[in-house]
Amino acid sequence: MNDRSLPLAASAPGHDAPAPAHRTLPLAARIVAQRGTQALVVAVLVSTLAFVMMRLLPGDMAYRIAAGRYGPDMVTTAAAEAVRAELGLALPWTDALRQWWGHLLHGNLGVSAVTGAPVVDEITHQLGHTLQLALAALAVSCAIAVPLGFAAGLRAGGLADRGTLVASVLLRAMPPFVLGIVLVSVLSIQWNLVPAGGHDAHGTLLLPALTLGLGLSATAMRVARHAMAAVGAAPYFQFARTKGLDDTQALLRHGVRNAAIPLVAYLGVQLVYLVEGVVVIETLFAWPGIGHALVHAIFGRDVPMIQGTAIVMGLLFVALNALVDLACAAIDPRVRIARGRTC
Amino acid sequence: MNLPSRPRRRLLHAAALSPLLSLAAPVAAAPRDDRMVRVIGPWELSSLDPLRNGYLFSRMQVTETLVDYDAGGRAVPGLAQHWRLSPDQLQWSFTLRDGARFHDGAPVRPADVAAALTRARHAAGVLGVAPIAAIATDAHGVRIRLTRPFAPLPALLSHSSTQVLAPASFAPDGNVRAIIGSGPYRIVDLEPPQRFTIAAFDGWQGPRPAIRRASYLSVGRAEMRALMAEGGQAELAFGLDPGSVARLARGTAVRVHTVTMPRTTTLKLDAAHPSLRDPAVRRALSLALDRRGIATAILRDPSLAAGQLFPPVLAGWHDAGLAPLAWDPSAARALLAAAGWQPGRDGVLQRGDARFALTLRTFPDRPELPVIATAIQEQWRQVGIAVRVAIGNSGDIPLGHRDGSLEIGLMSRNYGVVPDAYGTVAQDFAGNGGEGGDWGPMHWSSPDVAQALAALPATVDADAARRLRQTVAATLQQALPLIPVVWYRQTLAASPHLHGVSIDPFERTYRLTDLEWAR
Repeated sequence: MNDRSLPLAASAPGHDAPAPAHRTLPLAARIVAQRGTQALVVAVLVSTLAFVMMRLLPGDMAYRIAAGRYGPDMVTTAAAEAVRAELGLALPWTDALRQWWGHLLHGNLGVSAVTGAPVVDEITHQLGHTLQLALAALAVSCAIAVPLGFAAGLRAGGLADRGTLVASVLLRAMPPFVLGIVLVSVLSIQWNLVPAGGHDAHGTLLLPALTLGLGLSATAMRVARHAMAAVGAAPYFQFARTKGLDDTQALLRHGVRNAAIPLVAYLGVQLVYLVEGVVVIETLFAWPGIGHALVHAIFGRDVPMIQGTAIVMGLLFVALNALVDLACAAIDPRVRIARGRTC
Repeated sequence: MNLPSRPRRRLLHAAALSPLLSLAAPVAAAPRDDRMVRVIGPWELSSLDPLRNGYLFSRMQVTETLVDYDAGGRAVPGLAQHWRLSPDQLQWSFTLRDGARFHDGAPVRPADVAAALTRARHAAGVLGVAPIAAIATDAHGVRIRLTRPFAPLPALLSHSSTQVLAPASFAPDGNVRAIIGSGPYRIVDLEPPQRFTIAAFDGWQGPRPAIRRASYLSVGRAEMRALMAEGGQAELAFGLDPGSVARLARGTAVRVHTVTMPRTTTLKLDAAHPSLRDPAVRRALSLALDRRGIATAILRDPSLAAGQLFPPVLAGWHDAGLAPLAWDPSAARALLAAAGWQPGRDGVLQRGDARFALTLRTFPDRPELPVIATAIQEQWRQVGIAVRVAIGNSGDIPLGHRDGSLEIGLMSRNYGVVPDAYGTVAQDFAGNGGEGGDWGPMHWSSPDVAQALAALPATVDADAARRLRQTVAATLQQALPLIPVVWYRQTLAASPHLHGVSIDPFERTYRLTDLEWAR
């Protein structure tokens, strides 16, 4: 089977033609519409859940916010009572939830209880930094995992395969915090190549991206290896070799694209993980990202900030899934045809 | 084979490579005389409000307070060029510096100062402890009328919560939207929550500062701050972990400065708790603590073991004549036995049906607190006291004090919020009707302490004031309503290219105007 056989199969008798209404909508638009609906449901569910969970947490919210605002040296009962009065924390939770939904309907995420700045402004600032870091880390991960993984997959069981397996295990086993400190000590202090931390100087993205990317490449490398090993053993790949294509031609024409499908899906999952779970790296390298901000918001019981961040992250999750769908559809014609028939 | 069209393929390639481009960026070098002093510390700039994170602006000398303090701990003119106290000690008059201007060119008016002081009389500020009746303005300054004499007022007026901002700093809703101060440096760029940059203010009336540009960056991890200083990425790095201090001190990349701060890590005990009511038991708990061991192992400096509540840097309050709190587990066991506590089957002390088991609450804002808590847990276990360590939020200590649920809290108390510790000590030991403030003792009072603290603000004679402070220190040492554990040290890694580096133990300023580049 090669790619050309698919359009033929799609038009072969015995397969129902897609419904006319769907035919008018391009696949991309359908994916976007489907994910848009999902996004709406996610926004309502996530915001309500975040609200309920914050209310269920033990401890007194006013004291926590006062501690977050004024610091441990200045938090007193008087300060906490001032916060309670200012933010209306004594309101029954049903009223508070109604108020929150009302604001949400108007697209108003409120102002941070700790900083007093609009939540939208804070999240925009942090999300930009987080996305920048996440994309850079993903690029590092791809640059390492794709060539090494494909090379290992093409000669499954060979030296490269075993070597990358050992490298994967080592990278995966190393906590990101330790890896970060090691990289800073070597690249920044010993060799003076790059700045250690912060986000104010040129080149500061390099070390956090490398720390994250190396950790991610451990698994991505194995996924790439398995995908390529499966492609290498597939009859269509064997046929490509039999019909006279050399290794490089066979790989570029029949190998890379097929092996990319599971890899792209996996990278999508990684990107979600990156956006949500890089708090350790953000804190270590003083990177003003959303994970770091969310942890601080939870400590300080900054409810508007937590709710806003949860919604944005939920929506981001949907958006990234939509992007992966679109990318898979672009890479794999079978997806276009299959969804064209069933959607 | 159905290959993608060429433009589409180019687009895909470009998209795949684009994040890599952002990785490669050259490191720029600044000209020598225009170099920036980069300050890094753990404090985040989460808010511009003087009551919240505004202290960063007074430390970076962007904003001013009426009163300033010199390196010797003496009150010196700030925005007020002089002040005087009325004979009845009830009215303070502060005269503003002639020609003082904000960074936007507006003159500093008495009304701006009065507005700042009024804002600072918030529950989260320090001015609340002063018995202020009214704040009024006149042609040259402000007058503060008191309900009773209060000598430490100038110290409170040096606190960052009283910093004076220009009217243009405020949004129509009253929130701070920009920082326009009157100090030697002006804000160039604000990037909350992590960074801001400043430059020398040309309209500054004092001597021209040698450092023309500076920046502040919040870096959460102490290890990273040390590495950044070592790698030449910061000229001043505050708040280093003990391990990094030891490493940096061995090298030549930075100079390490340390100073003992007026901050004490103490145990706050519920003196009404059945197990803790007896002063002899509290003394036993203190005797069971190996403070030197904690200071050596956790803080890597045995001299930080707290022999009394007030550290040596608190001149007047620290009494070198007091016998330091000692470590003597056998004496502790004997005192507990005398109080009726006998070891039970599991090794935990028992008295009748009561087990000597308590919960110790602490919080991780200062990373050493949970570690010290577990050390105390082990040291008390050795004398038969079972402690459960609960790590929560700093707000849990005042909350537990108020609702009575706190048994023992491990906390870090800053007696140097302002250069005169009176305000904090009075709040802690004379607050709440003498029963102890949120960060002071719990269900404990002493007529001696209450009388001394009531008399202090009106005491003008230095010797008489010293005697009153000694009464307070001696009573606390005797009754141990708070059990001091260790003192605190601020550390700074400074670039060897800077001259004139020093640390203010009261953390009011980074003293940027004292610095100059080495030739």
